[in-house]
Amino acid sequence: MPSIAKPTAIHPSLHRNELGLTIRDYEGSMSTLCAGCGHDSITAAIIRACWEISLAPHMLAKMSGIGCSSKTPTYFVSGAHGFNSAHGRMAAIATGASAANRELTYIGVSGDGDSLSIGLGHLCHAIRRNLKMLYIIENNGVYGLTKGQFSASADVGSKSKKGEPNRMAPIDPVALALSLGATFVARSFSGDKDQLVPILKAALSHRGFALVDVISPCVTFNDHAGSTKSYLYTRNNMLKATETDFVPPASEILATIGRNGAVSVTMHDGSVVRFKGVPPDYDPTDRKKVLDYLSEHHGKGEVVTGLLYIDESVPDMHELNNTPAQALTKIPFEKLCPGSAALDTLQEEFR
Amino acid sequence: MLNRESNVFPGILGRTCDRPCEPACRRGRIDGKPVAICRLKRVAADHRGEIAARLPKIPAKKNGKRIACIGAGPASLTVANDLMPLGYQVTIFEKNDKPGGLMRTNIPSFRLPASVLDEECQTILDFGVDIRYNSPVTSMRALLQEGYDAIFVGSGAPRGKELDLPGRRETDRIHIGIDWLESIAFGHTDSIGEKVLIIGVGNTAMDCCRSSRRLGAKDIKVMARRPRPYFKASPWELEDAEEEGVEIVINHSPKRFVVENGKLTGMEFERLEWDAKAKNSKVLDTVFVPADDVILAIGQENAFPWFERDLGAQFDKWDAPVVDEKTYMSTREGIFFGGDAAWGPKNIIWAVEHGHQAAISIDNYCHRIPVTDRPAYGMNLISQKMGLSEWSYHNDYNPAPRQKMTHVDLAERFKKLNIEVELGFSPEQTAKEVQRCLNCDVQTVFTAEKCIECDACVDICPLLCLTITRDGSEEDLRGRLSAPALNLTQELYVSAPLPQTKRLMIKDEDLCVHCGLCAERCPTAAWDMQKFELITPYAGRTACCAQA
Repeated sequence: MPSIAKPTAIHPSLHRNELGLTIRDYEGSMSTLCAGCGHDSITAAIIRACWEISLAPHMLAKMSGIGCSSKTPTYFVSGAHGFNSAHGRMAAIATGASAANRELTYIGVSGDGDSLSIGLGHLCHAIRRNLKMLYIIENNGVYGLTKGQFSASADVGSKSKKGEPNRMAPIDPVALALSLGATFVARSFSGDKDQLVPILKAALSHRGFALVDVISPCVTFNDHAGSTKSYLYTRNNMLKATETDFVPPASEILATIGRNGAVSVTMHDGSVVRFKGVPPDYDPTDRKKVLDYLSEHHGKGEVVTGLLYIDESVPDMHELNNTPAQALTKIPFEKLCPGSAALDTLQEEFR
Repeated sequence: MLNRESNVFPGILGRTCDRPCEPACRRGRIDGKPVAICRLKRVAADHRGEIAARLPKIPAKKNGKRIACIGAGPASLTVANDLMPLGYQVTIFEKNDKPGGLMRTNIPSFRLPASVLDEECQTILDFGVDIRYNSPVTSMRALLQEGYDAIFVGSGAPRGKELDLPGRRETDRIHIGIDWLESIAFGHTDSIGEKVLIIGVGNTAMDCCRSSRRLGAKDIKVMARRPRPYFKASPWELEDAEEEGVEIVINHSPKRFVVENGKLTGMEFERLEWDAKAKNSKVLDTVFVPADDVILAIGQENAFPWFERDLGAQFDKWDAPVVDEKTYMSTREGIFFGGDAAWGPKNIIWAVEHGHQAAISIDNYCHRIPVTDRPAYGMNLISQKMGLSEWSYHNDYNPAPRQKMTHVDLAERFKKLNIEVELGFSPEQTAKEVQRCLNCDVQTVFTAEKCIECDACVDICPLLCLTITRDGSEEDLRGRLSAPALNLTQELYVSAPLPQTKRLMIKDEDLCVHCGLCAERCPTAAWDMQKFELITPYAGRTACCAQA
């Protein structure tokens, strides 16, 4: 825990976004995580992404469960709404929140323990429903809060701090999401904000459920030699399958075409995700090719990163269920709750 | 004692200094106003405890060397202050009957109370200085014959500049500013006319107009040739004068004194219009401004009518002595200069520095060491880490604005000539003001080999000072840091290549507030906060034992 709050002095040449806010206005309270935690870097990337797209703080809802990762919503955008739910239940709570108020932007922050063990079922169903939210898995391969036991994402052979290798096969959240029909799947690294920030911005513009798996080294329990989730291992084995630019709605597209050709995807809100460097055998809109590419490179011990798969054509939960266009709070109470007589009439229909 | 170490006159300078340190203070870069260093020195001086026991011990057995100082101003007193503890016998020749030099004669007592001046001068005289009042030196030749081992000339710049315009010699109501202030200080002048014009807009002009106010003048105008940004007076002195009802008139160039029937009635000025940078002007018209008295405050110069020119000390074409800028020795061995006597008017704190340096030279000279052998500065660099997120310095940033000095009521302050206007900081103000300090002495020290590039320091830095990026030319780098590095006078700190990606850690020191959060958030202690201490050498004390 730092000895002081972050000084209020601000740099005089700080830019302001469309709302007139500086990036400092998107900060939260001081982090209580270990110094050097990858999660703090992801927090900084979220702050930057929200500031760059001029997200109004009061229109954001921060959702989380339990774990080191789930503490982090406190550390960004203190002007936003937030809900810190029970372990693994974040996706379910977010589903309910979104059902009640579809006008907010939802950012869920979870970890490999919260999402891939106790909360795995909820994650799968949020993907199925195509719930419109940014779902970040801060993936460090260990249970940091309980002193470094292997989590469900630990690779076979990855060594614990005491040298014990992991024997159980990992769950890869990216492969899992693709197989479940997820419509936006990305992987990045906490130590590479140049890649992570555009991905987060694109995810916030996505029509439905956007899963971003971020390798986020645990400096205290999983940053040693023999770990496959350390800063050094990730840097040495990271393979950037795609490079992306995020172009906000109504701005001129100036990105140059990458050496391997380029693909542009227009998002639901009019913004454009532009893939700069895509290998010839890769197509981020073809689920099968992406799965093949992943399994091929995973076999070589490579950590494939980038915005890996995107499909803007699938309706989200609200569109699938034909729900009202506004938040429920904006619907007059008489209409929202028409009384027991109306209920009786409704129930009559099912007799 | 720390306050006295290099400053020598903290009570005096805490009230009257020109504050060359404050424009350099980095706090000004953050919220526009530097730390009130000058006022804080006054607080420390005014509230000090008993220091007698901590003053240097003066050896009873002298080293046999006799030094003569000319003038008992700040430069000579500093020489005595540095040399007396080493066993020298110092004699000071002073033309007045009190010590202090310009500090007494030219600084009005409503800015510097006589009690403060007396006390700080007396502290040095009590070291056993042989002070000879009412003893102006009339001949350097004669002084040389008295066999001193070295002579220090600290006689100041006692000659006020003249303004030889028509009418100057036809009346006795035109005064030279510094002479006039001196005659007030010694009680020879106690009144002035109702309408007073001050010519010139330096700090002496400010002392003249404010003194006039206290002697009964009602309508006081300070007449300046150039626009306000080009004034020599310190901004705070201008403010204080205006608060007292003095009018400052710009763009008026003196043309002639108007004397009718032997009586001064006023002055004629040419009204000027300046170009953008106030380099060239054109005359608009001529105006008459009535006055009962005119005070000339357009500068002063050193003068040495008593210094024979055939003694081996060269004087240049402006009749100023030729003095070495490092050793303060003239071209005649054994004669040293300092203070305003050396290169014309500067200020008190420069006179003190000249005194320290001349004392080192005199000590060398008396021990047959070349005066060009200057002792080196020393330094310490010590980690301030006390524990996890715990530092031995106060690392929190205080957003308090610069504290405002409270003044005696306008009505009250004019009742007597010597009522000190500035009241000094209250304890609360002092506490806030000291916390505005950004701890520039506590350096962020980076060890590249330890860095794992986790970005924690870059993310936490409140002023966006840090960037991890690939190498490039300086111009290129300055443009792609976390925040553009626009202050080109502030060099970038660039690390060795980092172990994992070979990128570089770059720090733009410009706006760093030394909060230490980079070091607190660093998992590998690649960042550390280390206190830098510059150790200044003095005569007879090398830097390594300066603190002993």
